[in-house]
Amino acid sequence: MIKVENLTKSYAGFTAINDLSFQVAKGEIVGFLGPNGAGKSTTMRILSSFMPATSGRALINGFDVFRQADQARQSIGYMPENVPLYPDMRVGEYLSYRAALKGVKGRKQKARVLDVIERCSLGDVRRKLIGTLSKGYRQRVGLADALVHEPELLILDEPTIGLDPNQIRQVRELIKGLGKHHTILLSTHILPEVEMTCNRVIIINKGKIEASDTPANLLSQLRGVGGVRLEAQPGLDNGREWLEKVTGVREVTETVEGDWKLYQLRIETGADPREEIYRLAAQRRWALRELTRQRATLEDVFIEVTQSDV
Amino acid sequence: MSKFLTLLGREIKSYFYSPIAYVVLTFFLLITGFNFYVCVSLLNQGPTGVTVLEAFFNTVTFWWSFVLIFPLITMRTFSEEFKMGTVEPLMTAPVGDWQVVLAKFFGALFFYVVLWLPSLAYFWLFQKITLAEAAYAPGAFGGSYLLLLLLGMFYLSIGCFASVLTSNQIIAAVICFCAVTLTFFSGLLWMFMSSSFSGATRDLMAQVSAIEHMMNFSRGVVDTRPIAFYLSMTCLMLFFTHKVFESRKWRA
Repeated sequence: MIKVENLTKSYAGFTAINDLSFQVAKGEIVGFLGPNGAGKSTTMRILSSFMPATSGRALINGFDVFRQADQARQSIGYMPENVPLYPDMRVGEYLSYRAALKGVKGRKQKARVLDVIERCSLGDVRRKLIGTLSKGYRQRVGLADALVHEPELLILDEPTIGLDPNQIRQVRELIKGLGKHHTILLSTHILPEVEMTCNRVIIINKGKIEASDTPANLLSQLRGVGGVRLEAQPGLDNGREWLEKVTGVREVTETVEGDWKLYQLRIETGADPREEIYRLAAQRRWALRELTRQRATLEDVFIEVTQSDV
Repeated sequence: MSKFLTLLGREIKSYFYSPIAYVVLTFFLLITGFNFYVCVSLLNQGPTGVTVLEAFFNTVTFWWSFVLIFPLITMRTFSEEFKMGTVEPLMTAPVGDWQVVLAKFFGALFFYVVLWLPSLAYFWLFQKITLAEAAYAPGAFGGSYLLLLLLGMFYLSIGCFASVLTSNQIIAAVICFCAVTLTFFSGLLWMFMSSSFSGATRDLMAQVSAIEHMMNFSRGVVDTRPIAFYLSMTCLMLFFTHKVFESRKWRA
């Protein structure tokens, strides 16, 4: 569906993306992650044929986004960052206009507009001026616009930015639902969102791809990042020394919290020392009130990957 | 073609959605009405060699209001899209650069034509009430309005070009105003300073002088040279506009 080969975009004195190559297969929901200024929006703008790359090429559905822009654009529904809209148009009118621009005409147009209004829950504001809408509604108008010509591919640049938690959940559900019929490439820096919606994650930093895999695989590679948290009263024992002897424990940090001591354990990849710690505590008669495994989140992956060169 | 019409429809609507349209229409009516009143009272003072139509299109009031309307009509065409970022959804829809440029130009032209329509009523009323002829011949009428249209096309294309250069409407308006004023009033230079120029320069300035053209056309002397001049200049400016609009692809 998307095929990107050696894509580079440089502005005067600054390279936004550098030799980027990746592919997105039909039906995938791919999350595009990266810190601010990593080149996410630039990549998406090139893919939506808003601007050309300096070198390299990108194919959408087999069409070159620069040379065959019309055909490529026809198969993309693009929602730009911050969703620029005409404030002087009404929601329904705007969607009909956009549908006509994308070649959806006549009776079909009416049906399509009604359908996207329904799907993006815009019924209440259909006759309102876009300029008077709240951020959440504007975002949904942008999404409805991206959907109106039934594109095979959706490119969504930060679809949930600036929304409140309820709206984020709604948009997320909507995107998940869309994933059944569309290929989706979405950028975000809300990480739990990616874990919940995407089949695959591409992390880019400074214009280069740092990681590209399923969320589960990325996490499993980084299991060592997780750890074990322990809150205990080791009495007269030196808890840290004892804990360091447990197999699989790499590093122990101790903090005192009143009568209790808090231990943060970094563990080796694949190890789970909890059982042994429990036995140790029982044997040494420590009081124990917390023993938890901390899972690595995509956030850890993100930090590990994007800060590795610092 | 249908996409061009969709874009054109949006352009025309956007003029009438904004209060600017009504402010410009109202004040333009006021000024042209005042101008017409002055012309009629001038004719009342005694026999003159000009018709009311000729007088109407050759006063300072007319020139003033005429050069002022172009920046007002065209300044928002491209600048606003750049400023609001709406150029991004627009140019990621399957439409071509030329379609957008032409839609913006013809949208502006439509508004310009609407602006001039009420003035037809002036001459009609004049003939009804005074039973005198507003113009010597139908040719003078046709000539005046034809030249208005041609001049309008040329200056609107200058305005579109100014607007595509910047995302700031004020800057677009200033560029357009300066360019239109310079081209329009270059004819004055020819009139007042003809002795200080050599023959060839003088001839050239006479050929491009809008004021000179207006004098001839409102007398019914329809010359094909200005027609060719304005049409080709319009095409040239629209070509430049298209090139600059396209240049966003390689500039940044």
